[in-house]
Order: sequence, then structure tokens, then C-alpha cells
Amino acid sequence: MQTLRYLIQKEFIQIFRNRALLPMMTLLPIIQLIVLSNAASNDVKEVRLVMVDNDQSEISRSLTRKISANDRFTLVEVSFSRDAAFELMQRNKVDIILEVPSNFEREYYRGETPKVQMLVNAINGQQATVGSGYLNNIIASLSAEIQRDEPLMIGAYTSPAKALVEASSNNWYNPELKYPHFMAPGILAELAALLTIVLSAMNVVREREIGTIEQINVTPIKKWEFILGKLVPFLCIGLVLVTVGLLASKLIFDIPIRGNLLLVFGYAVINLVCVLGLGLLISNFADTQQQAIFVAFFFVLIFILMCGLFTPIESMPKWAQYATIPNPLAHFISVTRKVLLKGSGFWDIRWEFIYTIILAVLFNVAAVWSYKKQQ
Amino acid sequence: MAAVVLENISKKYGNVTALKSISFQMDDGEIFGLIGPDGAGKSTLFRILATLLQADEGRASVAGHDVVKEYKQIRKKVGYMPGRFSLYQDLSVEENLSFFATIFGTTIQENYDLVKDIYVQIEPFKRRLAGQLSGGMKQKLALCCALIHKPEVLFLDEPTTGVDAVSRKEFWEMLQSLKEKNIAILVSTPYMDEAGLCDRIALIQNGEILKIDSPRQMIRDFKKPLYAIKTEHTYSALNYLRSASYTRSALPFGEFIHLTTAKSYTPFQIKDDLERVGIPIQEVKTAAPSIEDIFLDLSETNELIDG
Repeated sequence: MQTLRYLIQKEFIQIFRNRALLPMMTLLPIIQLIVLSNAASNDVKEVRLVMVDNDQSEISRSLTRKISANDRFTLVEVSFSRDAAFELMQRNKVDIILEVPSNFEREYYRGETPKVQMLVNAINGQQATVGSGYLNNIIASLSAEIQRDEPLMIGAYTSPAKALVEASSNNWYNPELKYPHFMAPGILAELAALLTIVLSAMNVVREREIGTIEQINVTPIKKWEFILGKLVPFLCIGLVLVTVGLLASKLIFDIPIRGNLLLVFGYAVINLVCVLGLGLLISNFADTQQQAIFVAFFFVLIFILMCGLFTPIESMPKWAQYATIPNPLAHFISVTRKVLLKGSGFWDIRWEFIYTIILAVLFNVAAVWSYKKQQ
Repeated sequence: MAAVVLENISKKYGNVTALKSISFQMDDGEIFGLIGPDGAGKSTLFRILATLLQADEGRASVAGHDVVKEYKQIRKKVGYMPGRFSLYQDLSVEENLSFFATIFGTTIQENYDLVKDIYVQIEPFKRRLAGQLSGGMKQKLALCCALIHKPEVLFLDEPTTGVDAVSRKEFWEMLQSLKEKNIAILVSTPYMDEAGLCDRIALIQNGEILKIDSPRQMIRDFKKPLYAIKTEHTYSALNYLRSASYTRSALPFGEFIHLTTAKSYTPFQIKDDLERVGIPIQEVKTAAPSIEDIFLDLSETNELIDG
């Protein structure tokens, strides 16, 4: 126990003595958190639209007015020619072409169901799907308005107005769809994992490079003491980062904290132990810091891109969804979002706990086992 | 009891043979020197004895414990100072020492008498980071750290490499005083002049031991006539001597050429012969053999046999 205490103490002395490392570990992640939470937004604004109005009727003009009044859309041009509109899309000047066919108004009042055509540039998938969704809403609301305001015009030709079923949606847990609320907890989880995995992977390799491990290996230090001596200091750093990050998110983005913070920290401890175990495992197999950083980045990139932060896990192919089970980052993000935004209790995040504990045990046992004092 | 016993220890790294069936015994309280050039296999031998590396063949024991089966006991009883400075450069002198004391389950106070003579020399700098010490200071600190748990056997891998002459001398004086405290010391060095300070030495080259004896006995046993030749034309003199019929070996040795011959001549005869072929000679004298002469002579013979 005395040995372990001194190993940890030594590690802290070294960390605090490293003037360049300390601000790197604390300041940089916070800057990233602030920048990324604002920047990594899925909010769709500024959908550029060109209108091809072949009808030139009352209805088509009020549709144009409605669209240009909506601040999500920028009406780039009202054109008469479809070819000109295509040209604009080809030059990447517009995202959506909305074409109103001729005789649209006449057919509408006759009770037929005329069709407007929406051509969407799907190169930017996000812009396309969300943009066309908004546009559909506009068209639907216009149609409802006409039926309400001019019942006679329609009624002359058709049976009494059909009852309209309107679906109204409401965004729970994040009613105003504030992206920082959604992103900040996830990015925080990601940064904590990234920092700790890199720090731990580099640390043991550095001892190997400098040669200090040679001196350690001839001492009666036990393997688990050595690994634990590395794990505890970095766990503390990770927890400090989580704390500061949560504080910054609260102060800057005013993220809601609906659940129990102790639950978040309890889970963070397990998750960090898990990620640190992986870092230490990597460092046991690397001879140089270069090798360690490359392998660490291999895992970090996969973890980040498949953690559900940028692509929802539900929209991944089935195999990829299963592949997120051994991804500690995915669980971390899920826990922070569930507990902070939704106010989930322990029972709601039990699977995250179970998976992470299994992973933590696996990684750490492997790290202790593969740390060889002898060649 | 023998401090270290090696029986037919062999080690290969891929195709390279680092050690070829090494056997020797080292007694308690003895300073035993491993003398040989870089790449002779000295560090490999140390790593095997310090239980960091396993030999391919053979058996070895340290302080009565087998290096494979009882490595845990060995780690408590040996002090190892690797060839490369391997203390924490970002910890201070004092922190390094108390760190190694603690992980061996002891304290600086407990074994202070053992390291006192050495530690007082670096104590004025105890708050300085180890990385900022001079080469000699670093070695003294490393020795302190290797000694702090009162080992029975000390392994010092090239402790004086890269250390100035004064510090080297001091370092060897420290080893002598440790010997009096009955600590067996296995020390390696590429400096032949340090060989004379050991009780016994093993001359090692290409993973093989050429000879084991006390340095004094080795010098006494060297019976070949040896001449020191001083000339400004070392290269042509060497070339000529190597083709001369009376030469056994001719090797550059500082500002001299050391020449061993099959038969005994007077220095004048050799000078005469060299000047006859037009090489100006400043001086020829008979020389007392040093360990280096013996080493070079043995390694030449060895290569002849091998080749």
C-alpha cells in the first residue's frame, strides 16, 4: 500500500512539474468544448431555393411569398425556365428547386390534386432532408389556409371539406432544439476519453523510451501496483476535466442538469478506468511514443465516429450498431445525455453501466497481464 | 557462498549470438570486472543476471537464487545500474532516492550509513532535478539509488562511461569502500585502465570469455616480448611491421605502436630495422604489458582461431 501511494505521488509530482502538459490537459479541452458545441450543429439554416413558377397564379405567388417570408429559406431567384434552375443547382448556388406546373391553380380549385415538384440537391444530405421537410410543411399550411379562407371556391367543385388530420410535434427534453444542449454533454464525454487514452498510452511508453522502466522492473514492484499507480493519477485528471467541463457547459450554454450528478460522476469513474485500461494496454505493446499514438488514434477515431455524437447510432447499419457495444465512448455519451437532459435514473442506464464494467475489467486485466517485467 | 554463478549461459537475438556458453563464478565481497569492447555482450549478461532477460540456455544464480525460478527474491537482493541513466530526470535528487527507497520497502534513514559517503557529495544539489546533474553526479545518484535497499550484489553496467577522469577515480574509490561492506560488485567497463582496480576480471569479446583471472596475474602471465614504438609515421610503420617476419602483433596504442614479437630483440634492433626501410623513428623501448595489451593479444589469437 505504501508502495502504491508513493507511485501515485510520484506520478503527480511529474505531472505538475510538466509546465507544458498541465495547461494542455485542462485548457485545451475546455476550448474545444466551447468551440465544438457551437460549431457542430445539425441546425439547418439558409436553405437556398429557386422557384420555377410556370403557373403565375394567385396560389403560386402566395407560395413564393410564404417561402421568402420564412427565415430558413433564401429565395435565390424566381425563374420561368427549369433549365436555368438546373444550371443554378449545377453551379451549387441552390439546394432546392421548387417547380409549380402550369394550370396548377385551375386544377387545385377543380378539386384534383395537382403536384408541385421539389428537386433536392442531396450532396449535402442534412440540408436536403431537413430542408425538404420544412418546405413540405409550408406547402401543407398554405393548402390548409386556402381551404379555410376560400371554402366557396373549393366547395363549388368538391364535396364538403374533408376533415384534416394535423400532426403536431413537440421536442421533449430539448424543446427549443438548442444544439449546444445536445452536443456539449457528448463532446465533454468524448474529450475526457480522448485525453485519458492518449495520456495513459504515452506514459508507460515514455518510461520505456527514457529507460526508467528498466530500473523499475528490477524492483519488487508488483505488476498491478505499477498499472494502478499509472491509472489513479490519470483518473483524477479525467474527473477534473469532467467537472470543469460540466461547469463550463452550465455557465456558457446553460445546459440543463435534470438527473443526479453523482450518477454522472459514478459512471465517469468506471468509464475512465475502462478507457485508461485500453490506453495502458496499448502502451504495453508499443516500443515508441510514435507507435503508441498511432494505435491510440486508430481506436479514438473509431470510437468518436461511431459513438453516436455525429451520426445517430439508430441510423447505422445493424453490424455497426452492434459494434458500438464495445465502444466505451458511446455509453459515456448516452449516459451524459440521458442523465443531464432527460433526468434518467440508474435503472435507465443500467446497460451502459454493465457494458462499461465488463469492458473496464477486460481492458485492465489484459493491461496487467500483458505488462512484462521480463523479456 | 558464491554471489553469482553462471553455467553455460547462451543468448541469441535472432541470428546474432550475444553470448556463447558463458560460465564463471563470482565470490562474495569481490569486485569482478567484465572488460570488453562495445557489443561484446556485457549488457546482455547484466540483463540476464538482473532477471530482465531470460537466457536461451544454461543456468545462473544470484545470491543463491535461480534467475528464472526465484527471480522475485533476486529483485530484493540486487542493485542494478543500467548502462543508460534511467532515473527520473524530472524528479529531484532527493525524490529519486526516496522513491527507490520506498518501492523497496525501506527508507533513506534506515540505510543511510551505506550511501552516506556518496550521498554527501550530491546532497548540496538534492533539490535539483536529476536531469540537470552533470554526468558524474548522475552516476553517483544512480549508485545511491541502487544501494538504498542494501543489496547483497551490485550490478553496474558501464558506470563510468561518459564520466570525467576525476569522477571516474572517485567512483572507483566508492566501489572499494562498498567492497569492504561485503557487497559483491559485478562491474563492466570498456576502459582497460579500470581493469586493474578489480579483484578479478573476465575479458569478453563477441559473446565469449577470453580469459578470467586477477589483473595482476594476467600481467604476470604475459610472457611475450613487448615494445613501444614512437613515430610520426604510424600508418606506414604499422603496415611495415605487420608484414615483417618477426611480428606477432602490431597495434596502435595511444601515441605509440605496441609490438609483440615471436622472439626477443633489443629495442635498438627494431629501431634499426624500421629506419632501414626509411621510416623515421623517435623512440623504441621495451614496455610493461597492460590489460589492453593482453586483451588485444588474446582477441587477435582468438580471431585467428575463429577465422
